[in-house]
Amino acid sequence: MDNTIDPEVGRAPLVLGGESFHSVTETVCAPVEWKETPKAWWAVLFLSSLLLGVLGVSIGYLFWEGVGIWGLSQPVSWAWDITNFVFWVGIGHAGTLISAILFLFRQKWRTSVNRFAEAMTIFAVMCAGIYPAIHVGRVWLLYWVFPLPNQMDAWPNFRSPLLWDVFAVSTYLTVSALFWYVGLVPDLATLRDRAKGKIQKIAYGIASLGWRGSNRHWQHYEKAYLILAGLSTPLVLSVHTIVSFDFAVSQLPGWHTTIFPPYFVAGAIFSGFAMVINLMIIARWLFKLENLVTMRHFENMAKVILLTGSIVGYAYAMEFFVAWYSNNPYELFAFVNRMTGPYWWAYWSMVVCNVVIPQLFWFKKVRTSLFWLFVISVFVNIGMWFERFVIIVTSLHRDFLPSSWMYFRPTIWDISTFLGTWGVFFFMFCLFVRFLPMVAISEVKGVMPEASPHHDDKEGAHA
Amino acid sequence: MSQPDEKKAFGLLAEFETPKALYLACEKVRDAGYKKWDAHSPFPVHGLDKAMGLKPSVLPWIVAVMAVIGGVGGFFLQVWINVSAYPQVISAKPYVSWPAFVPVTFELTVLLSAFGAVFGMFGLNKLPQLYHSLFESDRFARVTDDKFFISIEADDPQFGTQATKELLSQAGAVHIEEVQS
Repeated sequence: MDNTIDPEVGRAPLVLGGESFHSVTETVCAPVEWKETPKAWWAVLFLSSLLLGVLGVSIGYLFWEGVGIWGLSQPVSWAWDITNFVFWVGIGHAGTLISAILFLFRQKWRTSVNRFAEAMTIFAVMCAGIYPAIHVGRVWLLYWVFPLPNQMDAWPNFRSPLLWDVFAVSTYLTVSALFWYVGLVPDLATLRDRAKGKIQKIAYGIASLGWRGSNRHWQHYEKAYLILAGLSTPLVLSVHTIVSFDFAVSQLPGWHTTIFPPYFVAGAIFSGFAMVINLMIIARWLFKLENLVTMRHFENMAKVILLTGSIVGYAYAMEFFVAWYSNNPYELFAFVNRMTGPYWWAYWSMVVCNVVIPQLFWFKKVRTSLFWLFVISVFVNIGMWFERFVIIVTSLHRDFLPSSWMYFRPTIWDISTFLGTWGVFFFMFCLFVRFLPMVAISEVKGVMPEASPHHDDKEGAHA
Repeated sequence: MSQPDEKKAFGLLAEFETPKALYLACEKVRDAGYKKWDAHSPFPVHGLDKAMGLKPSVLPWIVAVMAVIGGVGGFFLQVWINVSAYPQVISAKPYVSWPAFVPVTFELTVLLSAFGAVFGMFGLNKLPQLYHSLFESDRFARVTDDKFFISIEADDPQFGTQATKELLSQAGAVHIEEVQS
């Protein structure tokens, strides 16, 4: 059934295939209750464990030898480490957008994808958090970033955007994890009540805190959920704003621009939605979620990508315009150098992937084809990685003194660390799809027409 | 307990098939004047708070208090550090350069508010509570799947096993059982 078009009266259904409350439970719980774990799952787990090992070795060697093992030097003293940090944090933003902002906007289609997207947020922020922690050089002094009383009587510098970042990202991870867990509690209770084995009964029993679907509980629960959505909305906007302050508050041409906060937030949502589409297409197919995650969901996400991709394209153009209009030769040089300098290939890859290719989403045929959704989303992710690389490296590599100009090249350790964080990401995802319900069961039931207490009323039915 | 062997009745548990049946039954139980009772459903049923006659949640007030603690505490933590604990002149700015303190103040406000919302909610719900008498009922396991229940406690002054049973069956319960505690 095509539910991408609303009927003349009312709304198209969000859940297809004539699912009942019970069949939704069955569909979502199936992967958690598999008798035999499929070989594909073991294969992905094995590969991601390998990458996890690669990360371990890379970080171990980094701690032993120092950040010199990366391709860093002067003036490019910050490259893949911070590129990958911004890349991963950005991916996380789609999860919060879906779980919080779409909740406040009463976009009920979010219920099928929010659990999955929030999981992605948490794992992506975990990957992101690795980079600032390991790139500080003397990693054993990392605790200096926290306002802890210490024997030196020294305190952090609260005027530094890098310190704001510490607070923003750690708050973001904490609040996202809490929000996710609150959403999980009723579904963990579902798993508890269905569990056959003793270990499952005990584990899900403890994790679900004794939830018993009480309406006196639901009342506070729904209020807490609404408040968390209301808190996460400004939080997610603030996180990438503060990430962009890492650059915008400095005085480097190419970084010192006021457009950065909105432009970074749009870019983050852009890349995050692309990642949700990539992962969701695979999961939907593997775990047979076609009735819950429908073409309507994908089409809506493609529209968000189209919008945010266009905002990003506008920002690229406006940055360049302002560089010219400012009449500041350094600023203009930074931008001309981006387009035509030694990193021209990175700049134009970014423009093609982020600005040109997503425009295909204007066509409904493309928006509703899983193949094109997947391919374009991969391009968006590549493009957004390049965006961060371009902003960071091209602004640094030719500084004010031409004698110090350099061409940054990543070393094997830059690459292995980046691959390693993909290992973290997929490893966590494997555990997530096997042991937790990847669709919010109670929320999906709540948006089904028969969930309304006025479902069968002849008059005033508002299913 | 004087006689530890004797099982004490927790109350009655009535099962309903649809959210609508639950909603209508809740209105009846509410109007009959019961106080120690509850409705149970796999998802929050729209409007059930009203049908049960519940007062609005006090959770927003808990969150508001936490937000003030986070915001004021976060701001003055930075002021105290910059003025008294570790004063440093950075970029020729005054010690209390408040615009620079906004991001951390904001983040701490959000963080503490979120703690208030989550832990306040669990506290108001008295969770975790891993055991509850209702878990003794086998049918109750489907409350997290597709069935709807009303439980009325024997401690309620209105409670009388027969009278309450009658009320529940008139309200449309498809199955009624006595639950021991």
